[in-house]
Amino acid sequence: MKSLLGWIEDRTGIGRLVGVLLYENIPGGSRWRYVWGSTVAFALFVQVVTGLFLWMGYSASSGDAWESVNYIQNEMSGGWLLRGIHHWTAHLMPVLLLLHLMQIVIDGAYKAPREVNYWLCVFLFLLVVAQVLSGYLLPWDQKAFWGSTKVATNFLTLIPFIGPGLQKLAIGGVEYGHLTLTRFFALHAGVLPVLVVLTVAGRAWLNRRHGINPTEDGLGPDACRWPDQLFKDVVACLALMATVLAFVWHYGAKLGAPADSFEPFSAARPDWFFLFLFQFLKLPIFAGENEVWGAIYIPTLFLGLLFLMPFLGRWNVGHMFNVFVLFVFLGGAGAFTYLAKQEDYVGPNSTGYLKAVLRHEQDASRVKALAKGIGIESTALSLLKNDPKTQGARLFAQHCASCHRYDGHDGLAVELPKAGTFNKLKHRTGLRSRFFSGDAVHPDWLARKAGTQDEWQTVRSLLRAKAEGPFDIIAAAKSEEAPEAPDLRGFASRRWLRDLLNPDRYVSTRYFGGTAHKDGDMYKKFLIRKVRKYEATEMKMLDAIAVALSAQAKLPSQAVADQTDGALIRQGVRYMMDDIGCIDCHAFGKPDPDADGPDLTGYGSRKWIIDFINNPEHERFYPDNNDRMQAFGVKKILTDDEIGLIADWLRGDYFEPAR
Amino acid sequence: MESFDTDLGESIAQAQKPTGERRGFIKFLCAFIGTLISVVPFGAGVWSYLSPLVRREGEGGGDFIKVTTLDAIPADGSPAKFSIVTDKVDAWNRHNDVNIGSVYLLLVDGEPRALHTSCPHLGCFVDYRRGKKDFYCPCHNSRFRLDGDRVDGVSPRAMDALQIEVRNKAEVWVQFQNFQSGRGRKVPVS
Repeated sequence: MKSLLGWIEDRTGIGRLVGVLLYENIPGGSRWRYVWGSTVAFALFVQVVTGLFLWMGYSASSGDAWESVNYIQNEMSGGWLLRGIHHWTAHLMPVLLLLHLMQIVIDGAYKAPREVNYWLCVFLFLLVVAQVLSGYLLPWDQKAFWGSTKVATNFLTLIPFIGPGLQKLAIGGVEYGHLTLTRFFALHAGVLPVLVVLTVAGRAWLNRRHGINPTEDGLGPDACRWPDQLFKDVVACLALMATVLAFVWHYGAKLGAPADSFEPFSAARPDWFFLFLFQFLKLPIFAGENEVWGAIYIPTLFLGLLFLMPFLGRWNVGHMFNVFVLFVFLGGAGAFTYLAKQEDYVGPNSTGYLKAVLRHEQDASRVKALAKGIGIESTALSLLKNDPKTQGARLFAQHCASCHRYDGHDGLAVELPKAGTFNKLKHRTGLRSRFFSGDAVHPDWLARKAGTQDEWQTVRSLLRAKAEGPFDIIAAAKSEEAPEAPDLRGFASRRWLRDLLNPDRYVSTRYFGGTAHKDGDMYKKFLIRKVRKYEATEMKMLDAIAVALSAQAKLPSQAVADQTDGALIRQGVRYMMDDIGCIDCHAFGKPDPDADGPDLTGYGSRKWIIDFINNPEHERFYPDNNDRMQAFGVKKILTDDEIGLIADWLRGDYFEPAR
Repeated sequence: MESFDTDLGESIAQAQKPTGERRGFIKFLCAFIGTLISVVPFGAGVWSYLSPLVRREGEGGGDFIKVTTLDAIPADGSPAKFSIVTDKVDAWNRHNDVNIGSVYLLLVDGEPRALHTSCPHLGCFVDYRRGKKDFYCPCHNSRFRLDGDRVDGVSPRAMDALQIEVRNKAEVWVQFQNFQSGRGRKVPVS
């Protein structure tokens, strides 16, 4: 063994190298304040290792990037840990480098002969920022696309003369797509890491050449790096790794909904360490043409000042100025970061921001469920685009909710099943939670589903009541105006039809109270004149009719009930035809040109709803007495696909993961 | 083994400045913690890299797949090639109704037989030679009889026969399965 080690040493000299690395003299003894350089080096090591393994599962194209990252995160064994470590170490790297830089400036370690060491450190900081920026794009989710990359690359256009060309080069053309990803990935995994390694190696060489800069305070006996300083270094690295793992365990590495250049994302924000710049640029002074000052000139001047610090630091006053500038920068950056968060969570536009965050999180979890449940045939984005649960609700909010409601809201309410107790909700609406947590809620657009569907109360009033116990909350924008057309939640279901056939409910705002139909024959001639006088036997018939009519819809949620209640359904059909006489006014089973009311054949089925939305004035529906509903298909307001998505959503006919 | 003037330990020791005392425990802790924190990123990486070993997925799951009907198989006993079309999962993508492989179907004494078209040697595509009435692998010249038995060449086993069923009197269903190449025994790939 000894001779084998001797052979290795003779041929490589590795032992001498290790010795030189380990037995560096530390003037004045080991210090905790010297650990920052080592933690930066360790973080770089972690990023290289985890980055290489991530590379083995990542595909840099706009149709595969999100899909492959989702695969790493949610399908690959240990992928969540691997990506989590890479993600959170990336978040901590700029902090570590900033601490390292501060230590150098405060200690005056940038003074002669260590100017180049310092410059390399500043350069390394810029490289790491570029790494973080380029890596942020790679998952190709909405947050990456809108929050950072699109905005950041648009800043490039502000650079005088070369800006627009530079932006084209960065994104590989005028549109974001495959080439943007291949270029950013090559930068992130190839070009920048090589520069980082060269910079770190250069710095290590210069550090060795000039030795550690002894601090004036606490000069003690000299010590050796091994083991005194190295012990402090590894303990610091252990703390770093523990912090990273704690973040991974607690928060994980989030993956948003797939990037969509046609889906506006009003919660677009840069990552937290660029928030200060984001807020800085909102200052009125940088409006319009002046933006280039805030985005390009001032940051460049600040960087220039950073590079000049070693020369300024030759004088005591200059050194104090440098330290002052650094603290002013940090204080300013901290203040702007706070203001940015504050504006988002309690500012005048916070409702819109938080709603966009919630909607994005809803999309993200939905697309992950779809990818897992039915698989990605083309892209994850197309899964989301063809999903009735997602798109049907949006189309409803856009085109239908000006008159109709869905369970009292506009269709875009989000259920928060983990809302927990009122005390928890109080916490989630509190400032501290809004500041630190991504799933904060806003009191103004919260409502709790009360005992009946008609009653809604704001969470504020519920919070005042100080009730206890678990509950579900629904986040939705409250509608200012009363509904003018029926609430379509559960349309054509047994319960919906039973209530429809109740005279009082028929004229409530939940059904036709806001429409001309409240004065129509159905109400005046049937519900008032007949149903109000019905005995128990006839009421039972009416109930069977509701069941029979509902079976026409073939709703997925009632499939089992429809199958087991076959006899009742057949009975209900007979009542419709004979005893109660629905067919006096409605067509059922066959066309009836004399019918006044809507055709009940296939009532509530996919085809029936599509045909109705397409043209409510069609002779099958309301040829003479349609009340304000547009012919969405005939007038080309909605495409056939869009009408289909609304129909499927109303019918609850979409994929749901098994619980 | 020859001896050397230099020695790894001595070289390290030569560079060492006298520190007075040996801090054995601190050195041990240094090495221990250093190893521990270095193992974490490697461990996460290796764990995910090994995921194909613990994950069973993809093509050739051994399900019976409807291939054709009996009347499509030549009555003269010569083989005909048919595609196996089914759903396929490729990591993060799912492809519906795609070609995942092919089989030769032939009638032996009126009974349908199915042979995998891949050569058991290294997986090249085996051709049917109508003139010589045999199967021939163009990569390494292995020859097989129409029943799949090896005639000559480097293939370690006969062509892989697949389970076949006739359902509803005319439908031909094949239990499609890939097998490891280069082995004397048929070992399913899973």
